[in-house]
Amino acid sequence: MLEARLRKTFPQRPDSAGFSLDLEFQAASGVTVLFGPSGSGKTLVLDAVAGFVRPDEGRILLDDDLLFDGTTGVHLPPQARNCGYVFQNYALFPHMTLRENLAFAAERRPRLERHRRVNEMLETFRLTEAAGRRPHEVSGGQRQRCSIARALIVAPKLLLLDEPAQGLDAPLRAEFYEVLRQVRADFKTPVLLVTHDLDECFELGEEMLILREGKIVQSGSPRKILDQPANIEVARLLGAFNLIPCEIRALDPGRNTSKVQMGEFELDGPYFPGRFKGDRVTMCVRPEQLIVSARLGRPGPNQITASLSRTIEKPHGMRLEFEGGITADIPRTEFDRQRDNKEWLIEFPAMALRVL
Amino acid sequence: MPIDWFPLWLSLRVAVVSTAVALAVGLWIAYMLANREFRFKELLDALVTLPLVLPPTVLGYYLLVLIGRASPFGKLWETIFGSPLVFTWKAAVVAALLHSLPLLVKSARAAFESVDRSYERAARTLGASEWRLFWRVTLPLAHRSIFAAAALAFARSLGDFGVTLMVAGNIPGRTQTVAVAIYDAVESGNNTVALTLVLVVSAVAMLILTLANRLSPR
Repeated sequence: MLEARLRKTFPQRPDSAGFSLDLEFQAASGVTVLFGPSGSGKTLVLDAVAGFVRPDEGRILLDDDLLFDGTTGVHLPPQARNCGYVFQNYALFPHMTLRENLAFAAERRPRLERHRRVNEMLETFRLTEAAGRRPHEVSGGQRQRCSIARALIVAPKLLLLDEPAQGLDAPLRAEFYEVLRQVRADFKTPVLLVTHDLDECFELGEEMLILREGKIVQSGSPRKILDQPANIEVARLLGAFNLIPCEIRALDPGRNTSKVQMGEFELDGPYFPGRFKGDRVTMCVRPEQLIVSARLGRPGPNQITASLSRTIEKPHGMRLEFEGGITADIPRTEFDRQRDNKEWLIEFPAMALRVL
Repeated sequence: MPIDWFPLWLSLRVAVVSTAVALAVGLWIAYMLANREFRFKELLDALVTLPLVLPPTVLGYYLLVLIGRASPFGKLWETIFGSPLVFTWKAAVVAALLHSLPLLVKSARAAFESVDRSYERAARTLGASEWRLFWRVTLPLAHRSIFAAAALAFARSLGDFGVTLMVAGNIPGRTQTVAVAIYDAVESGNNTVALTLVLVVSAVAMLILTLANRLSPR
């Protein structure tokens, strides 16, 4: 279990804008994902936990070990922190074979045990065949597995991963997710993973921390966060939300309903706790939650009419962009049946509506 | 007249010792310069580089002040070893070192700095001590550039004239290095000797530079 409270300020300089990191979080067993845009301080958090960067203030506690404490001046060097680190470029030593890379990491163990442990790890990560080759002579997948094996061979209390799947093609990416799921099951090492890929958060993350400009803006399970982003900024970071300005017309906590005015249309929604009648809010609904169909007759309840302005091909279907800035995702076959249609009906399922 | 090959052997011996000392001291200085932050760091760098730009007479003068028989260091040397340091072949090593050390430090610092930081970081997270990190990761990764730098330092040690003349003198059979011997031969009109030594020295230098080029990372 990792508990961290970090504060670090980089003053503004002529050649760089200032930046300040100020956050507090916990990471229990399983995978905790640090998600955020570039420059949000994700890697800085990893570096502070690993001991490469000294925070100005705060406290880092890993299980029972105090790694850093601003008030008492404790700042353990990386060697003493027991944190495995998988770098973006893997950082396998190029002058050593894969076996030597693992042996280097295991060097503090007694000789006999070291040998056994290296062989075990080579076996577990399917590297026995390639053990005698150097990093540049093996495949990307083998390099990746070797870097994870090397980090795990010292039995770290925490595994830090810095955008490990970045720049990998789809099959390698899938393989990496598989390896990491295996690690989670076999080694029980808590993992702190930095990424700016939302798919990765869902593939791997039990817990997700959203970073923006050095601060945590929301935390929770990925599903929960996608279901109810804390604010418009988070929704923008997660991408692919319809964000539509509207006004709350009625609220009924007893029946869990509300009425929302969106342009000329009135929609039914769930009760929005903490909101008042007359509030101007932003409606937030994901494109795949909208139900669209060719216009036949007048709009029914919770339906609006809109004309199609653009269609975009997506791997899993079609994205339709309507006038007024609403986007909806529908399966390819459904689109093909009604493709010549100009005017569409868009239904907003009442329970899918969220306001920010 | 038979050619006396002693100056050539002496020069090679001086160059070997001077390169060895430069490696021992220079790698350490270069590693500090590349990896540590400390006050006066760039001042130290400038101080190490200074001999490359100062005239040999200035360097020779400094050396005589620093290691001459009247200096504290010279006296200490004499009490320990029983004979003065100046005007021996060891003084020629010191003179050669003035040029080999800066070359080595400069190139080794660049070599250490060009090693990707993530390798060193990875070694640290794997629990490697700074000592093991240096010998097992940084040095092996920089070794080609360092060999090239050492070859260059060796070649430069071979060719020192001015400073050597000032601190080691020109004692045939004892401190007369090849550069000094060539000067002597020209002065005394011994053209065959001068030409032969000149050609041999050029060939050796050429050989070493080719080696250095082949060693430096492409």
